[in-house]
Amino acid sequence: MEHNHIINHPQFTRDGSPVAFTPEVFTKVQALISRYPEGQQKSALLPILHIAQEEFGGHLSVDTMDYVASLLDIQPIEVYEVATFYSMFYLDKVGKYVIEVCHTGPCTISGGEKILKHLQEILEIKSGETTQDGLFTLKEVECLGSCGTGPVMQVNTEYYEKLTPERVDQLIEELRTFANKDKPNDSAWVEKFF
Amino acid sequence: MGGKILLANIDIPGIRGFDVYRANGGYNSVTKALREMSQSQVNAEVTRSGLRGRGGAGFPTGLKWSFLDRKSDKPRYLVCNADESEPGTFKDRYLMHHLPHLLIEGLIISSYALGVNTCYIYIRGEFKYLVGVLEKAIKEAHQHGFLGDRILGTDFSLNIWVHPGAGAYICGEETALLESLEGKRGNPRIKPPFPAFKGLYGCPTVVNNVETLAAIGPIINMGGEAYSKVGRGKSTGTKLISACGSINNPGVYEIEMGLPVEDFIYNPEYCGGIARDRYLKAVIPGGSSVPILPAELILNTAKGERRLLTYESLADGDFETGTMLGSGGFIVFDEDACIVRNTWNLTRFYHHESCGQCSPCREGTGWMEKVLYRLEHGEGKKSDIDLLVRIAKNIEGHTICPLGEAAAWPVASAIRHFREEFEEHVLHPAEVIEKERRL
Repeated sequence: MEHNHIINHPQFTRDGSPVAFTPEVFTKVQALISRYPEGQQKSALLPILHIAQEEFGGHLSVDTMDYVASLLDIQPIEVYEVATFYSMFYLDKVGKYVIEVCHTGPCTISGGEKILKHLQEILEIKSGETTQDGLFTLKEVECLGSCGTGPVMQVNTEYYEKLTPERVDQLIEELRTFANKDKPNDSAWVEKFF
Repeated sequence: MGGKILLANIDIPGIRGFDVYRANGGYNSVTKALREMSQSQVNAEVTRSGLRGRGGAGFPTGLKWSFLDRKSDKPRYLVCNADESEPGTFKDRYLMHHLPHLLIEGLIISSYALGVNTCYIYIRGEFKYLVGVLEKAIKEAHQHGFLGDRILGTDFSLNIWVHPGAGAYICGEETALLESLEGKRGNPRIKPPFPAFKGLYGCPTVVNNVETLAAIGPIINMGGEAYSKVGRGKSTGTKLISACGSINNPGVYEIEMGLPVEDFIYNPEYCGGIARDRYLKAVIPGGSSVPILPAELILNTAKGERRLLTYESLADGDFETGTMLGSGGFIVFDEDACIVRNTWNLTRFYHHESCGQCSPCREGTGWMEKVLYRLEHGEGKKSDIDLLVRIAKNIEGHTICPLGEAAAWPVASAIRHFREEFEEHVLHPAEVIEKERRL
């Protein structure tokens, strides 16, 4: 089930600069595609869009989506319709840290609305907005599956549970310090638990 | 109450890793099934166990497996539904996080029984951190010969792949999940054909929930007969209940089916009573989609019998006075909870999560949300209450998938049991808003 015919042709943007995965990432993408049967490479679309979003500035531009379509040998519309359907794909520019606060039933019982209000105050933005320094985007999301440990927010891939306003202050401070380093702490979860 | 089956070893340090898991009897069921049992014997044990789908529908697993088209010459697939997104439900996340190998073990035996060589775990995108945990478990199983080609020297080969979704509740519906796995929008398919005949890539496919699959290893170890003796009547075995809301001990509990609801709420071993010593007002016992019941009806049925945590007892009284076990997402409300506010909140959820395919659901959920918003914010009319009942009735049964019902039932049941609270919002809006502001 190797799909070696998948070729990394760069997609050229409107200003002429190319969009393409680095060779290392491209190898990962090829391995992902080979998990699905021959001819079903479109199955890799969601996982690849996750990677593309991470690699190309945190959101999916039309150019990025066109590039992914060319990789999988599908029509660009097949990528657009998927990217607009799923809430984890961002079509507009977002901050380095996307803070998603759960606002569904059980979390509101445990004080989710207070946490949201607190974040709006300390970041001085409304839900859906990004801070001027480009660090934080605040979003309200539906159930994160953390109902017994609410209130909860997810920052990029990491969950922060049983939040209090004090804990939120401390986390935001940590993230501001962390922001000077290269990469967000995306894979920290795995190591933590083994 | 009876011993634990799924979570028996959860407190052993290092149980997440292969070595400790194996040293405590892990993967013995795989050895037993592959070396000593035929495919049909494994199927028979699962049928005998009486295991029912733990994702919410409660459909007998053995029967679901028996529908799989085994005459087709196309490849068959097993897909693990790890798209846990039902508000109030967090048991699969807990299981995968703490016991990833229990799931892998179940997947291997199930694939063997079903004649499957490729298996996908479709996990909700928000649980991306768990992808690494599962991938690591899969890698370990490969290294020890439990996955890959010719497992344990038999003719049976299997690969398991983890596939992240990207934020869509609807993908928990099995045909939407398959669409999504094929790289499309999560629009549920019209059934029939059922996945057992035309599932992933048009091939025969079984889709099972994480908790269901995790029970397969223990069933093979203890035998279907022994498993069926745990529990009560047709609700065999144990169930993971994720408890949240206004209780002292939120968390995931493995209970033997048949435990009285009252014990579950008040026993310190489980929820430990209502938080801050308040009164119990209402419970949604099976994830946000199932009907809400007021305290008196969740503790005892309309006939005056104790309500038990079983499929049958919770459904006693149908929708008039009963509810459903569903996914086991147990949400508790205390005396201060506002039912109107909660119903508005959940309706917003269903509106957001409707895939938009069927107009009754797409338009109806948005309409209900709007009406509930104005009721909750003191701008409602008395006629709004019956309007909601009518909209809910017109969604129910008129959609391709059960999201329509899932959106309609919470509204219909909240009005059925708490109509006076909705009326209060119309008659005395200022007082209601002031009371909520103070809380």
